[in-house]
Amino acid sequence: MTIFIPTPLRSYVDGRDAIDVNASTIAEALSELTRTHPELRQHLFTVEGKLRAFVNLYLNDEDVRYLPGKEATAVSAGDTLSIIPSIAGGD
Amino acid sequence: MPITTTEPTALPELTTDDLSRYSRHLILPEVGMEGQRRLKAARVLCVGTGGLGSPLAFYLAAAGIGTLGLVDFDVVDASNLQRQIIHSTKDIGRKKLDSAAEKLTALNPALNVVKHDTMLSSANALEILKEYDIVADGTDNFPTRYLVNDACVLLGKPNVYGSIFRFEGQASVFATEQGPCYRCLYPEPPPPGLVPSCAEGGVLGILPGLVGVMQATEVIKLILGKGEPLIGRLLLVDALNMRFRELKLRKNPECPVCGTNPTVTQLIDYQQFCGIVPETPQESSVKNGIPQITVKELKRRIDAGEDVQLIDVREPYEYQIAQIGGKLIPQNDVPQRLAEIDREREVVVHCRSGARSQRIAEFLKQSGYPRVANVAGGILAWSDEIDPRVQKY
Repeated sequence: MTIFIPTPLRSYVDGRDAIDVNASTIAEALSELTRTHPELRQHLFTVEGKLRAFVNLYLNDEDVRYLPGKEATAVSAGDTLSIIPSIAGGD
Repeated sequence: MPITTTEPTALPELTTDDLSRYSRHLILPEVGMEGQRRLKAARVLCVGTGGLGSPLAFYLAAAGIGTLGLVDFDVVDASNLQRQIIHSTKDIGRKKLDSAAEKLTALNPALNVVKHDTMLSSANALEILKEYDIVADGTDNFPTRYLVNDACVLLGKPNVYGSIFRFEGQASVFATEQGPCYRCLYPEPPPPGLVPSCAEGGVLGILPGLVGVMQATEVIKLILGKGEPLIGRLLLVDALNMRFRELKLRKNPECPVCGTNPTVTQLIDYQQFCGIVPETPQESSVKNGIPQITVKELKRRIDAGEDVQLIDVREPYEYQIAQIGGKLIPQNDVPQRLAEIDREREVVVHCRSGARSQRIAEFLKQSGYPRVANVAGGILAWSDEIDPRVQKY
């Protein structure tokens, strides 16, 4: 599946805007992403391993928090996972 | 349904001038006479007259909005002009409110501009917002974003949201009766310093133009009650790849402000909510365990020939614009390049404004460096207080 990386996190993945991973669930995809790019871990997860409250994940256009299986939801190669952190700029 | 349920008979009449000015609207079936009269009756508040607020207010004024409130306390700076198109070179140093009001009334003399020369706060937000039908959030910081959201939910006013960072933008419509609010999307703000502001991270000048115009479009649609507003949808713009995407947003039944059993029923302390602790003069010399040194003190120590291991954690392109003799190790490279920083000597870290270098100083301290200091104010302070030839940016 393809994981879209938002601008604020691109510096931790060599400037790339998307990364392809092989995974069968959302959790696996995230663990593969942070295994290959360990610096991302602290930006996405708390020390307890919980997704940070100001980072949202979307499987295709659905908020993962509202999927029945949440992060255990099965994914296929054609799916996309978007990481959407909050941004506040406007000035 | 239009956002205001005013009966068509109670709407203001269009003048002869209005009829010629808005003729391209009047021939659109979706606007027409009634829609234009709704726009004339509408009262819209723009929070901020900067990057997002400039195109937003400009287009709303052009479209024939009757009353436009502006909230800002800032003055125009040269670095604003790359994107804040409502201000001109001659306005540098003027209040943004005065500069914006002048341009808006020049564009549309019939517009009623209301200037709120203040920083929106928990003490004044409800009082200011309650006078308007719709609020457009063009602010630039998390505390104000949560404040605007909560005030809109409490007052039942739609919050037309836009936010930008570098090449990326987000837009949505929050706090309508049936739709989600900003807190449904992001229940909590990031800790201070983790998400850089536009001043630290930069922003492509055109981006607030794109996003601000989307906000203006949503405001107008809400007033007309036409089309499909961005309620329950988050529109993402990636200007670098010129990609637009849309995500579904849901109203969170457990949302602390708009949920079924809200715990936030009045405005709170948003600085505290966002983890921002007010500094007292005594505390400002040590921040999170990191001594803050002034540029004057740094200059004195360099001149006195003291051992100063000065590390510049900005990016190479910033270094090209201005530098003060520090060793360049961009912030993201620091973890891999610790071997280049001598643990035995005191480390003095600087950046453009002192924010990034503070985080790196904290990181170095955690990594076992015993003596680490941060240059308060960074390059900007150096340019102001020591050497104006050092270019500010």
